[in-house]
Amino acid sequence: MIAIRAEKLGKQYRIGLPSVRYQTLRENLGERLAAPVRRLRSNANEYGKIWALRDVSFEVQQGQVLGVIGRNGAGKSTLLKLLSRVTYPTEGTAQIHGRVGSLLEVGTGFHPELTGRENIYLNGAILGMKRHEIERKFDEIVAFAEVEKFIDTPVKRYSSGMYLRLAFAVAAHLEPEILVVDEVLAVGDAEFQRKCLGKMSDVAQQGRTVLFVSHNMSAILRLTEETLVIEKGRLALRAPTPQAVDYYLSRGFSQEGEHVWAEDEISPEAAPFRPIRIRILNPQGQVADTVRSVEPITIEIEYNLAAPVVGLRVGIYLLSTRGEYIFTSFDTDEPEQFERMATRPAGHYISRCTIPADFLNEGRYVVAVNASSFRVKRYFQDDQALSFNVDATGAPGMHWPEPRLGPVRPRLEWKIEAIK
Amino acid sequence: MMERQDTSITIIRPENNWLALNLADLWRYRELVYFMAWRDIVVRYKQTLLGAGWAILRPFLTMVVFSIFFGELAKVPSEGVPYPIFTYTALLPWELFATALSVASRSLVQNSHMITKVYFPRLILPLAAILAGVVDFLIAFVILIVMMAYYGIVPTSAVWTLPLFLLLTLITSLGVGLWLSALNVLYRDVGYVTPFLTQFWLFITPIAYGASLVPEQWRFLYALNPMVGVVNGFRWALLGIQTAAPDSQLIMSVVVSLILLVSGLFYFRRMERLFADMV
Repeated sequence: MIAIRAEKLGKQYRIGLPSVRYQTLRENLGERLAAPVRRLRSNANEYGKIWALRDVSFEVQQGQVLGVIGRNGAGKSTLLKLLSRVTYPTEGTAQIHGRVGSLLEVGTGFHPELTGRENIYLNGAILGMKRHEIERKFDEIVAFAEVEKFIDTPVKRYSSGMYLRLAFAVAAHLEPEILVVDEVLAVGDAEFQRKCLGKMSDVAQQGRTVLFVSHNMSAILRLTEETLVIEKGRLALRAPTPQAVDYYLSRGFSQEGEHVWAEDEISPEAAPFRPIRIRILNPQGQVADTVRSVEPITIEIEYNLAAPVVGLRVGIYLLSTRGEYIFTSFDTDEPEQFERMATRPAGHYISRCTIPADFLNEGRYVVAVNASSFRVKRYFQDDQALSFNVDATGAPGMHWPEPRLGPVRPRLEWKIEAIK
Repeated sequence: MMERQDTSITIIRPENNWLALNLADLWRYRELVYFMAWRDIVVRYKQTLLGAGWAILRPFLTMVVFSIFFGELAKVPSEGVPYPIFTYTALLPWELFATALSVASRSLVQNSHMITKVYFPRLILPLAAILAGVVDFLIAFVILIVMMAYYGIVPTSAVWTLPLFLLLTLITSLGVGLWLSALNVLYRDVGYVTPFLTQFWLFITPIAYGASLVPEQWRFLYALNPMVGVVNGFRWALLGIQTAAPDSQLIMSVVVSLILLVSGLFYFRRMERLFADMV
């Protein structure tokens, strides 16, 4: 039996116009008056419109757990929003058999002034649960979230961990026929993530249809049998998950030690930040896809600032190809540097860092780039800007031909003392 | 879970079948109306010092000011009943209407984080805003009962019609509220227009004065304002003011009110699909 059938789904958004979001009446009138003139001047009457998703067709069988992967901005979230009826397609149709529960976020509608108990009811109702369903599940939800003692405390007094646990707990106890989940597991500490994943696989085993979007390849591999790969708004591949993950990794990461950002990879919201390229350099200063673990590795991010930015930090996340974080580092991590660059003037920059020798283990690594002002704005993020290979020749312990566990391979100074 | 054997089929498609109001979905989510209204009330009472006191203070203080300036100083006639109760009876449905307008007009924009993340019939937001106003109305109504006892006014035998006039208030509020909330998503000007609109509307509604002050030849035009029918109805049913008794003009008010509601519903439904992309 089919649970979801999507046929040629497409969604178009307007971008780059002041009227992307709400307008004032004046703007609308002005635009209407100016539109015929503009149309005469430029023959592109679809200016400023992009297809976030186009021509996507697929079927999901009842009880199937389907993964969805793709780079940031590829259209994954748009697909989930369409299927959960938050937004409507520009073209195409989708048929959905059964009640859909969507988890595009946890804790939607949580109000800080309300107590944990009150928020469980409210959030449950927003997610489409009936009152008696919530009552029946109440104790289970509280136990899962481990907030028994604070259930009558306003959630504004909760720690962020407690808040997340409660929010996820409500969502996890939804019992729709079809569950649509987006990246909710990207939050919380490792232990909580494990718990969420456990709950997810329980859900999957109960025979419910699940659509699961994630950047976490190990989670995708663990939970799903089949996966859709979405690239630039189109369905690039549907295959058994291991195959889809391989395809995705090979596509995203075949960038030869350098990635030059094309115009269409940059959201207009990145302005005034304009990324140009990122490169991996070996100690000889050559761009390299494979570097040696025993040598320092230099990472360069080149960008333009069209206007001065206050508190800007440009940095990297280093990840394994499974999507697990290894470290985070920003160019203004040093307090003195941060003071000096309190306002970064407009101009052309390279932010450069060096990963010391004898740090990374052998394997393939992914560099994600982030440019943001803390708690103000995230100008730009590319979760898979680049990947590179580390070769461990000459690294400690190479005389044993075995793979070493863990992403780092430091050269530690061991002393062996004989005690009499 | 085997709760829902009859698996519902949802079809998602671009063309907007805006004749379908999709009331079945609204019915399925009816509990959410209650929860959202309850949230609004609980949060307001937790965040404000006086809490429920505001529901009483606003109409009460307005009544005091009106009684001094219009009743005592301007000697506005009050059809044989004491001026304070004359104006307070009108202020009750008026406050409900005015509050509903301002809260409903903001309801979509203020809950934009929910609209962009979860599906539910969007109609629930203005509905809940209005429902929350009814609670305030009931609280303020207690004062009216106290005042009636104080002035020794016995409600007329027509008091049973009061729920109907309350219903007319709610229909009018919802009709206007739907228009304003949907327009507010597209044009933030609505945020500035609403207070002005409410103030303007206050003057064209017989709150501080009696509808009988309006010259005969203008009555028809006057009755195009559904709140005229509401206020007259309240005064007639509670205080027995005969000049306010229901007549052909009430039908006018009801018709206008229903037109507002139905057009509001369709406009809201038509725009609903854009909300998540616009807010």
